[in-house]
Amino acid sequence: MIEVKNINKSFGDTQILFDVSAKFETGKVNLIIGGSGQGKSVLTKCIVGLHEVDTGHVVYDDRDFSEMERKDRKLIRQEIGMLFQGSALFDSLTVLENVMFPLKMFTKMSREEREERAHFCLNRVDIINKDNLLPAEASGGMQKRIAIARAIAMNPKYLFCDEPNSGLDPKTSIMIDNLIQEITYEYNMTTVVITHDMNSVLEIGDHIIFINKGRNWWQGNKESIMKTDNKEVVDFVYASKFMRNLREKFVNS
Amino acid sequence: MNLFEHIGRYILMLKSVFARPDKGRVFWERFFNETVEIVINSIPLIAFLSFFMGGVITIQTASNMSSPLLPDYTIGYITRQSTILEFSPTIISLIIAGKVGSNIASEIGTMKVTEQIDALEIMGVNSIGYLMLPKILSTTLFFPFVIIISIVLSLIGGWFAGVTSGLYSTEIYLLGIRAFWEEDQNDLYYALGKTMVFGFLITSIASYYGYYTKGGALEVGRASTKAVVASSVAILLANYILTQLILI
Repeated sequence: MIEVKNINKSFGDTQILFDVSAKFETGKVNLIIGGSGQGKSVLTKCIVGLHEVDTGHVVYDDRDFSEMERKDRKLIRQEIGMLFQGSALFDSLTVLENVMFPLKMFTKMSREEREERAHFCLNRVDIINKDNLLPAEASGGMQKRIAIARAIAMNPKYLFCDEPNSGLDPKTSIMIDNLIQEITYEYNMTTVVITHDMNSVLEIGDHIIFINKGRNWWQGNKESIMKTDNKEVVDFVYASKFMRNLREKFVNS
Repeated sequence: MNLFEHIGRYILMLKSVFARPDKGRVFWERFFNETVEIVINSIPLIAFLSFFMGGVITIQTASNMSSPLLPDYTIGYITRQSTILEFSPTIISLIIAGKVGSNIASEIGTMKVTEQIDALEIMGVNSIGYLMLPKILSTTLFFPFVIIISIVLSLIGGWFAGVTSGLYSTEIYLLGIRAFWEEDQNDLYYALGKTMVFGFLITSIASYYGYYTKGGALEVGRASTKAVVASSVAILLANYILTQLILI
């Protein structure tokens, strides 16, 4: 489980996060949702340590990440897999080399063992016989799947996904959502997904946190978000007429 | 950011550059790859430039020496000294700053804006050390060898230009090349020493501008330009300081 306690974060004079506390449970897909510029990405970057928090704590299974030295943080980071919005695959490496990269850096596996593990991860995300492809030669959906394979290569305990559906067609988006959910349950990971995609919210949101104006405004799950009366959540999630009708039907039934 | 803030951040960056590599085997693999990419791949351009630069130095020296009191071998001697002291180490370094500096800044800058550097950090990799140390070390160590090639080719270029245009014979030119060598041979060590400094400055400054790029493609382009300008200025300043310290 990942727990954030009373996080505050400012850039210069602008405070982005205000006393944010939340729990991200193990074996569940935890979603962080909210409008643009509300602090979702900053919160995630604080959790993974790309930004230092001003005050507050980030705790990974009773280990206080925000109080740790760099070398101790490094050990926790090896337990983290992250899927970036733009996939962030290394341009100069092939698909296979990308997936083998963390194994090469942090394990004593032989080349054969690394290849075997990388092929296992690539097969898990349905990438077959694409070893020598460069990331630029792969489609957007394929790049996301390769990035997921790289993220799970080290068998992480924690998986972070930053807008995994951005730029993908609806069918591929659902496929990526389902893949993230399956992997979370299969490996009992603590998964945190930042998303704008309301399909994802209703499809895989085991636990949902709504960030608004830098605060943890609301939390619940995919069932409770259909019934909530919280004005800001309703305005954000049910912004379209279609979604409002859907909600109405759900509440009435 | 003002100049002092840039210098401060650059020094802090260097501290991370020289941290122990995460994995020795990966470091050496990258070191050899970078040596090929930065140093070996620059040799054809340097060879071409050096040969013609030597030729031009010789012709210009000859055309400006009309005094009958000066012996003919002076042309070879001046060509050698100009090449060793300034043309090969400094001018070639400035050209390399343009070629290699922009390449490094745009490579690292692109990695930054496409979150590849964040991906390295999340994995627990010291991204600064991983990306920069092999580049800086390979350039600092091997750049002097490239400059030796440049010096040799420049002198050959001088010989070719002089002999084909009938300015002197091969014997006279070689006499000039060998003249006063015993007294002047420390100039070669001075040239190679300052080349190491220039190599370090080119790669570290370009890496710095690439690493701290923010934004998108436009900023990567700007970082690349700034890297070339800043490393060229740094080379000229370092050249002046080293010349004052060593030769005066």
